[in-house]
Formats: sequence, structure tokens, C-alpha cells
Amino acid sequence: MSAENKQATAAATPAAAPADAASPTVNMANLRGGIEYASQWQLMWARFKKHRVAFWSMWLVVILYVVAVFAEFLSPFNPEDPSSMTTYQPPQMVRFEGIKPYVKKFELTRDPDTLRAIYAETEERTYLNFFTEGFEYKMLGLIPTNIHLFGPADKSHKIYLLGSDSLGRDMLSRVIYGARFTLSMGLIGVVLSTFLGIILGGISGYYGGKIDWSIQRVVEFILSLPTIPIWLALASAMPRNWPPHLVYISVTVIISLIGWTHLARVVRGKFLAMRGEVFVIAAKLDGCSEGRVIFRHMLPSMASHVIAAVTLAIPSMILAETTLSFLGLGLQPPAISWGVLLKDAQKISVISNAPWLFMPGVATVLAVLAMNFFGDGLRDAADPYSH
Amino acid sequence: MNTENKASSGDVILDVRNLRTYFGTGEKAVKAVDDISFKMMRGKTLCIVGESGSGKSVTARSILQIVDPPGKIQGGEIWYYGKDPKGQNLAAIHERSAEIRSIRGHEISMIFQEPMTSLSPIHTIGNQICETILLHQNVDEAEARARAIELLRRVEIPNPQVAIDKYTFEYSGGMRQRAMIAMSLACNPKILIADEPTTALDVTTQAEILSLIKELQTSYGMAVLFITHDMGVVAEIADEIGVMQNGKMLEFGSAEQIFYEAQNPYTLQLIDSVRKLETSARAARGSRVTDKKLMEIRNVSKIYPARSGFMGRKNPPFKALDNVSLDVFEGENLGIVGESGSGKTTLGNCVIRVLSCSGGEVLFRMADGRIADLAKAGTHELRQVHREIRMVFQDPFASLNPRMTIGQIVGEPLLVAGTHTGEALRKRVEELLAMVGMPAGAMERYPHAFSGGQRQRIGIARALALNPRLIIADEATSALDVTLRSQVLDLLLDLQDTLNLSFILVSHDIGVIRYFCDRVAVMYKGQVVEHGPAEKICSNPDHPYTKALISAVPGTHPRDKRIVNRHRYDAAAEGIQLSGS
Repeated sequence: MSAENKQATAAATPAAAPADAASPTVNMANLRGGIEYASQWQLMWARFKKHRVAFWSMWLVVILYVVAVFAEFLSPFNPEDPSSMTTYQPPQMVRFEGIKPYVKKFELTRDPDTLRAIYAETEERTYLNFFTEGFEYKMLGLIPTNIHLFGPADKSHKIYLLGSDSLGRDMLSRVIYGARFTLSMGLIGVVLSTFLGIILGGISGYYGGKIDWSIQRVVEFILSLPTIPIWLALASAMPRNWPPHLVYISVTVIISLIGWTHLARVVRGKFLAMRGEVFVIAAKLDGCSEGRVIFRHMLPSMASHVIAAVTLAIPSMILAETTLSFLGLGLQPPAISWGVLLKDAQKISVISNAPWLFMPGVATVLAVLAMNFFGDGLRDAADPYSH
Repeated sequence: MNTENKASSGDVILDVRNLRTYFGTGEKAVKAVDDISFKMMRGKTLCIVGESGSGKSVTARSILQIVDPPGKIQGGEIWYYGKDPKGQNLAAIHERSAEIRSIRGHEISMIFQEPMTSLSPIHTIGNQICETILLHQNVDEAEARARAIELLRRVEIPNPQVAIDKYTFEYSGGMRQRAMIAMSLACNPKILIADEPTTALDVTTQAEILSLIKELQTSYGMAVLFITHDMGVVAEIADEIGVMQNGKMLEFGSAEQIFYEAQNPYTLQLIDSVRKLETSARAARGSRVTDKKLMEIRNVSKIYPARSGFMGRKNPPFKALDNVSLDVFEGENLGIVGESGSGKTTLGNCVIRVLSCSGGEVLFRMADGRIADLAKAGTHELRQVHREIRMVFQDPFASLNPRMTIGQIVGEPLLVAGTHTGEALRKRVEELLAMVGMPAGAMERYPHAFSGGQRQRIGIARALALNPRLIIADEATSALDVTLRSQVLDLLLDLQDTLNLSFILVSHDIGVIRYFCDRVAVMYKGQVVEHGPAEKICSNPDHPYTKALISAVPGTHPRDKRIVNRHRYDAAAEGIQLSGS
């Protein structure tokens, strides 16, 4: 190991001190080009890229958030548009005629005894076009437009790539809209709990003593509370008639009030460990004030760890939102989130007849897995100076 | 003319031919061991010596096929003649086969550097030794226990009947290494591989372990393969020596040949850097010690208060420093020497107020003539004193913030003090780097681009930034390889000549102290047992503890066998009452 480092270091510092035989330094042998000038973020990035699963998960997370931001543009129909003729329609498969995509139309018949809807595939084709006109919306809340990424060439037709729900609304559009609420709630919830966690954890770790003791007991108390009953209690305290955006905000606050504890522990642990680091002692002897020691020397060393911890906290926020809404105590229809959508899939009869109503669950799993892998990769790369 | 050519083949126990162990494959493979050949004789000690990263440990591990992945033996032969007179090629045996397992621990056993990590903390020492015996020999448990007690007695562990039922944490470092040796002897191995077994130990303990190994070797007739970086240890115990660098065996020969007729320049450099530390650079350079007192350390104590331990048990207060008084004169180098736990580092930290003293005063005469008491100074005064007293730390890897460039690190004290900004700051940092022999181009780079020795130079540049008058160097050279050690010491001495500095050098290494210091204080269990001129302390000490300490230091002449004739110190027997013992 060190033989390689020796060559690497020797090559990197040709004019360096005479005959300084290198002892093993950080193993950077696999990094290319100019690494002696690389800052911590560049080193982290180089190390993160080697973690393949985490790297691709990161792109999946980015895609998911892009989808959430451009939900209106990406969904072919208004998620609130009902259609009594196409309730519980199964997903249609995209086929190609040359390069032209189309779906086969379904024909609705009813079972004469049970009146249950039966869909049969016909040979009639509905062609798909890109950048079609559809319902009107404001892109990013600013630009009024009615262009959608794709849609049926004939505006009078409807297509259901992920099937439809009990009111004949397009599941694909609803899952895309749901991403917006669910993913943003994860992000905002984490921002709130990071704020609380860093401040309280930082105070706890830096000052120690009695302050540390009391903050840690509060953390332990909150961690000992059974999560779901507490959410339920807090959520049921919300007035039923609140508008969706108010419910949204209060649900976020409820989730982050409990979520900050783990972050506070991470930050406190890092502070405690960092206080004894030799380079922090060196900084104090350099004459740095307390503030400079914290902000110039300690915080940059922790930033990467905190970011990793934050990334790992988002999935639990998402799961919390999904759970709450699924139980009917989080967001309420007409708001659309993955949890709200999954509420439709509560009944066994629905799942057996229309299993595609479970798609929001698949989306949740995908999002949570991607963020967990991403966070794991970040955590492994967070300290590029470890051996 | 090498000794192994004269020996008949019946004397050879291990014959390594063209061994190559690489980490990884293809172009990027690291050649940790690159085409090495040597022979080991029955009942003789072969020392392989080299600096960190030279491949000496990998060589030893290759013999037992316990190289950490991705390391792999890529070629060569290892012929072992202990079992089968026709020989077995260990390199050709599969690493998980029954055949190699019957050799590991049974025919060839190994002891490691850090005895704490190679012993299990949750089993008693006796259990661990018995397990080895039961695994390889056909005996019942009572018999195994009897043998284990006998082994502990052989490695001179006091009261083996009681000691056998103790846990690892109840043993001291030296005792653990003895237990480790007992375990490796459990099956009467024909070869003992010792991988830096004394590096983590104090010098007096090292001397005991070395003479133990030597004695056991004669009585068991083992061959010993001793891996070390310390030429002094080599001089004490080697019959034959192999010098390694960068995976190659540079020179191989008898101890006498290597120490007195070495051909290879690297071998000469290794021997010189050790012999150099047997002289005093201060005497040679002509020291400029004045009689002006720079610092007075008066009755300084550091007491860690009693703590209630597990289940209401009271741990007594611990006196890390007990009434220490010392003076430092301007232009002087004061050495503080002692073994681990003697309080020497605590003293260094108390003097600069990284730790606060429990009692006493540390009077420092500032450049403007004021006297500051560091033990009681407030934040503001302390900050001023810290411009004049600076510290160089032991670990060059931990003491530089990895997230700042060298320029930022060295410039930090200047920036904080507000003495330099902008272009002036840059100029000053460049100047400081030049002083310690680093190129100006180092400024934009981060610490990870530099080796241990270079980082230590950067640490020194940071210490010099504010023109200090006193530098406390806490084991500043002990993390460095021997050849670097004297370079860094010479650098400090050069700087002293030009910058009018004084030093307090804290070290466990007598050689470093003798080379660098004018006066020495010897610490033992929190007290200064003796202090005086370095020449006298290092050659003709008065206190029995110092005598033991000095005589345990390995020499550099194989004929001396200093350790065998060393002075032993027993605090109880000397009738000296020391607190905390």
C-alpha cells in the first residue's frame, strides 16, 4: 500500500524536502490528477463516484425531484379530472408502430349480474404525441401554458398508462402530483429538523456539562415516545376544516419535531469527538477565538457528515408522511400525496381487482431506497481522510 | 562470503526463493515484496529491518500465507524443512488447506506488534493459551492447563497459577506481550516470527521482552524471524540481518558484516542515523545557553480527582504530575524523558496550558520583560503568551486540519494575530516554508499531499510563524522513521541557531534527547527523579531508575549485548516511595 503512496507522493512533490521518504499517507492511489490540490469536496466527490449504487441512486433522486417540480408538465391529464366511463381501467401498454407510440383502446362492458366493469382490449389505436396541448397550468407557478410532455394525439381520447382509480382519474398523473407533496414534505421536514438538530446538538456537544445533560435527556424522552401514537395524537389535534396547505405545513412540523433527535445526536457526537482533535487544539494555540475555532475549524469538518445524516433522514420523513396520510390523519383529499393515494388501496377487494392502485407504494419504495443508497454513499465518502 | 553458503543444508529451516507478493494485479499492482530470497538457520535469529512500507511485515505474513487481501503471493518458493527433511513449499499450499493450518501456530508461530488487539478481551489468558494447546495437541484440559501455567512461568509472569485466570485488560503492555509469546510457544514451534513485538512497549519493557525471546530461543532451539525498524534492537539480538527497502532486499549478511562492513548506501544511512543519536549535536555545535531564566516551573501538580467507578467503587485521585519544578534558560534545550504514563506529556501540556494545572505556577518571562504566570493567566494574557510559546505535535497526520491548504494552516496564527494580511501574509508564509525546506508551491496544496516528514516540517513552520521564543516539541519525532528523525532534529537545531529559540523536547527516546538537549529531566510516575546536563544523565546517571532506563536502551554494536547486561530497577526494592504506584 505504502509503496504506491510513496511513488505517488514523490511524483507529486518533485521539489519537496530532500530525501523525505514518505510514510503511508491517505490512500489516494486510485484518484487521478492533481489530488494534492483537491479540496475536501473534490475528494468526497471522487470517492462517492466509486460507490456505483450510490452514484446512480443520486441521479434517481435528482430525477424524482425534477418530476416533482415539473409535475404539471409531465402529467398528461389533470389528476382531478374524473371520468365515469373509465373507472378502475387497467394500465394500457405502450406499443410502437415504427417509431410511433400508441396504446390499444379498452372497451367497457359490464357483468350483467354484478355490474362489475370488465375491460377488453380492442384493436383500435390511440396514438401518443409529444408536447401536446392539454389542461392549462402555470409552469413553475409563473408561466401560463397548456403544453404537456406527452398526451393522446386526439384530445377527445384518454390514455391510462398506470390505469385509473375509482373515479376514473389517471393514476400516472396522480402519482406524479403525489411526488410533489411527498418529496417536498421530506425535504422541508428535514430542513426544519436539521435546524433544530444542529443548534441543539451543537450546544449540547460544545458546552457539555449540565446543558448537555438536559438536552440529552429531552432527546431520550422524545426517542422513547412511541412514534405512531404521538403522530396520531398531534394530527388529531388539528382542526378538520383546515385548508390543505395549512394541514401540509402542520404535518411537516409534527414530523420534524420528532425527527430532529437523531440529527442532534450525530452533531453532538461529532462536536465531542472534534473537541479533542489535535488540529483543534493547534487552532486554539494559534490564538483563534472560540467562534473562529467552531466556524473555521470544526464546522467544515462536520459539514459532510451532517449532509450525509440529513440525506439519510429524508426517507424516514417520507415514510412518516406516507404512514400518516395512509392512516387518514395526514393530508386529506383533495390534496394528492403518495400516502393519500395509498389510502385508496386499503381494502383487500380493491387491491385484488385493481392492483395498479398500489403504484404509489412502488414509487415510495423506489424513492426511499434511492435516498438510502445515496445517503449511505455520502456517509462513506464523508470523511475522505480516513484510511 | 555469506554465512548460509558455509552452512550445510541440514541447518536450513526455511528457504525463501524469489518471493513476490503483490497487492492487486496488472500495471497498478503494488509490489510489496519484490523478488526476495533468504535462508533461515535452525536456532538462529534473522532480523529483517526496514522503514515503514518497506515490505518487511508482508514478507513475514507471506510465509504463513496470512497476507491481507488483495495481497497475494504471485511467485517464488518458500521451502520449510522443519517437518519433512525433503521440504515443503509453503507458497504452493492453498491458504485455507489443512496442511497450512497444521503449520500455522504449530510449526511456525507469530507474535504481533500490538498485544492488545491480538489477544481476545473476553477470554482469560489461560483460556486462550489452552485453546491453542488443545487445537494442535492431543491432550486433555487438565493437562493443557498445567502446560499453560508452565508456559506462563517460562515467560516470567509472576504468580502464574493466579495470572492464568486473569483477563487481558488486567495485564500491562509488557505482560500481554509475554502472554502472547507464551501462547506462540504453546506448541513448541520451530520458527517464531516476531513482527515488531516491542515497538509499542517502553524501553525497559522492550529490553525485558528482547532478553526473554533470546533466552527462550536458546532453550527451545527455535529459529526467530524478527521484524523491526529499530537498528538498535537489531544490534542486540540479530545473528543475521536482511535490510529491506521498497519491497527489495538490499543487503543480507551476518550481524557483524552489516554493522561493520555494510556496502549498501541505504544500510549505511540507517546505521548512521542511529549512531548519530549516540552523540550530542549541542556539544558539537557549541550551544549558546545563557543564564537568563526564560521559564520557571514551580511545584506544578496535575491531579485527576477521584471518580466513583462501577458499582460504587471509588477510583482514587490520580496524580499525573506531582510537585514538578524545573527551569528553562534562554537558548537552552530542555529534554523531558520518561516512559509512558510518567507524566511527561502532561507536563508539556500544562506548561502551555492546554491542560490547566491543579497547583503551582508556570512563570514565563515575556519578550518585553513582563513575567506571566501561565497557570493563572486569563484568556487575553494567555493569547499573548501563546505567541511566544508554540507547540509542535507528535502526530503529523492529526495536527494539520485536512480541510485547509498548507498556506492557510501556516498563515492561521498570523491572520488571527492580525500582523499580516493579503500579499504580506503570502510572503511571510512562503518565507516560513522556505525556512523548513518546503517549496513555495506547497502553499496551495492540502496536507494529504505530503508525507509524515513533510507534514512535520509544515507543523514546525506553523509554530515559527509568530517568531516564538520557546517551542514545546511533544514527541515531535517519534512518529517518523529513523532516517527522518535526525533530519527533523537537525532542522530544529538549524532554526535555533538563526532564530534565537529555546526548546522543551518531550520524548521517550534517549537517543533523541542525548542528541538534541543541553539538560534533561527524567520523569517517573509524575515526579522528576533526576535532572542535570544531558551528557551526564545519558552516560552516568545517579538515580537507579535513570540507570535502568539508560541501560535498557539498545546499542548499535552487535558485540556489546547491552541489554543482557542491563541494570534493572525495582521501585519497591529500592525502597523508594512514589505516589500512584
